[in-house]
Amino acid sequence: MADTERVPTIIADNAHIIYRIHGSIGPHQSSPLSSFKRLVTRQKSTAIREVHAVKGASFVAYRGEAIGLIGTNGSGKSTLLRAIAGLLPVERGGAIYASGQPSLLGVNAALMNDLSGERNVTLGCLAMGMTPAQVKEKVDDIIEFSGINERGDFSSLPMRTYSSGMSARLRFAIAAAKKHDVLLIDEALATGDAKFRKRSEQRVRDLRAEAGTVFLVSHSEQSIRDTCERSIWLEGGVIKADGPTEDVMKEYETFVKK
Amino acid sequence: MAQTTVVESYTGPTPQELARKYGLGTAGRLPSLPEYTRQLWAYRHFIWEFASAKVSAALGNTRLGMIWQVLTPLINAGVYYVIFGVLLNTKRDTDNFIAYLCAGVFIFGYTQSVVQTGVQAVSGNLGLIRALHFPRASLPISIALVEARNMIASMAVLIAIVLFTGEPINWQWLLIIPALLLQTIFNAGAAMLVSRLGSKLHDLRQLIPFIMRVWLYGSAVLYPVTKYTEHLHGWKLAVIEANPVLVFIELIRHALMENVTLAGSPMLLWTEAAVWALVVGIGGYAYFWRGEKGYGRG
Ligand SMILES: Nc1ncnc2c1ncn2[C@@H]1O[C@H](COP(=O)(O)OP(=O)(O)OP(=O)(O)O)[C@@H](O)[C@H]1O
Ligand SMILES: [Mg+2]
Repeated sequence: MADTERVPTIIADNAHIIYRIHGSIGPHQSSPLSSFKRLVTRQKSTAIREVHAVKGASFVAYRGEAIGLIGTNGSGKSTLLRAIAGLLPVERGGAIYASGQPSLLGVNAALMNDLSGERNVTLGCLAMGMTPAQVKEKVDDIIEFSGINERGDFSSLPMRTYSSGMSARLRFAIAAAKKHDVLLIDEALATGDAKFRKRSEQRVRDLRAEAGTVFLVSHSEQSIRDTCERSIWLEGGVIKADGPTEDVMKEYETFVKK
Repeated sequence: MAQTTVVESYTGPTPQELARKYGLGTAGRLPSLPEYTRQLWAYRHFIWEFASAKVSAALGNTRLGMIWQVLTPLINAGVYYVIFGVLLNTKRDTDNFIAYLCAGVFIFGYTQSVVQTGVQAVSGNLGLIRALHFPRASLPISIALVEARNMIASMAVLIAIVLFTGEPINWQWLLIIPALLLQTIFNAGAAMLVSRLGSKLHDLRQLIPFIMRVWLYGSAVLYPVTKYTEHLHGWKLAVIEANPVLVFIELIRHALMENVTLAGSPMLLWTEAAVWALVVGIGGYAYFWRGEKGYGRG
């Protein structure tokens, strides 16, 4: 392995990520009296619960790599990506180092449902730090690429009238409009139809060619095999395997089939 | 289970050294205050667009749409007129009570709506915060901006009311501009303050209505400010008269109305207003900035 000229873009060093949930009212504290009792007895508030979603992840990602992230539902994939993007804080004792500002592209990335697709494109681009002039230039391209106007003028309708595939396409189109040092894709391609999937996979390869690093979370084995040569398998917040996609996939499959 | 680990066995540099060597920053590093301000400035177009988007999203599915921006203050003034002007007939005590009342209601309402929506600026937009990277102060600032834009419509209504009730126009009216500017800075600071508090203390939202009620009674909105000097003494009076919203209301009344009794001299009121705007504006901003990296946590 020619380690010498490999430039790291993401370094995760023993990263722990914990969600804290307020106000999850359990069956035993639904009355004012029980809440009061809890306060008086200074019992540790059950209204704040912790979910330890990622437990000590360590890895190094290099420039030009496309890394697949696999694992069962709730294993912490989306959480890890959010932390890499700096959107969720890492607990003390660990750290995630990144070059530039990694961008996360997720299926549940919140755009505003009451606004038209076009307005959302503008808002999304501005939120990625583009200038209004750049945005104006790109709006038509983005809508064109997303293909939401193929069946009539949908870009001027509110996003709540879109099908889930259509909004996923629009979100992907917005995020892919910008060059990224590190692009994190969270199942964004899963709901698109075959035609769009092909177009977007091509875009991912282009983005990667522009000297970036791409992380791809997907439950589609084929997507991962097609785009990534390295994979990380996350299970219950722990990295179970990290290596060439073929090997990791094999292990993952034997685990899932059990 | 055999581990296919191809992770580099760090014989050489530790992760920290490696990161430093290639100039990688931690994902959750807090920028310095000037750097943060620069970032925020670079996002001014986003802030503006987000504020407009919020207004259109809120009014977009109403039939009257943007007309509500003018209709809301009109109805508001109408309600207070019926209760205090017609039913209770509080008019006797003050010259031009209707104008006096409306100035109070609108100016108080400005700060009130900023505080009420500001509490949820962070906790209500967690989806956006966890999806996109932008200076988080954009959120409370956009909220202050939305209310500032609503305030322009309210001011037009207020001026119409004041004219209609027989106050003459003069140069003093221009003073409402600096007064409103100071209040806007104060409000933006307050929005940042309560949005950070509200992101951690979720119970605060339940308390806000009561806090606002107390604040309303302490701001001489519904009755003349002279009531305080008649009934209160010593520190109680001092506390009431330092109340920032009372100060802003008094300044607007002073600017728009001829014969109005103020709580203090205009000079004192302007100084108080400027001090409040600076302290809360800068303090709220710095306080919000300290929490920047934790807002995604929820
Ligand atoms: N906003 C949240 N608040 C609290 N806990 C959360 C939140 N999001 C996820 N979790 C928890 O964190 C853990 C990991 O969730 P995550 O979304 O990272 O899984 P995932 O690997 O992306 O799953 P999937 O394949 O279903 O997308 C789960 O136990 C989940 O319950
Ligand atoms: Mg997920």
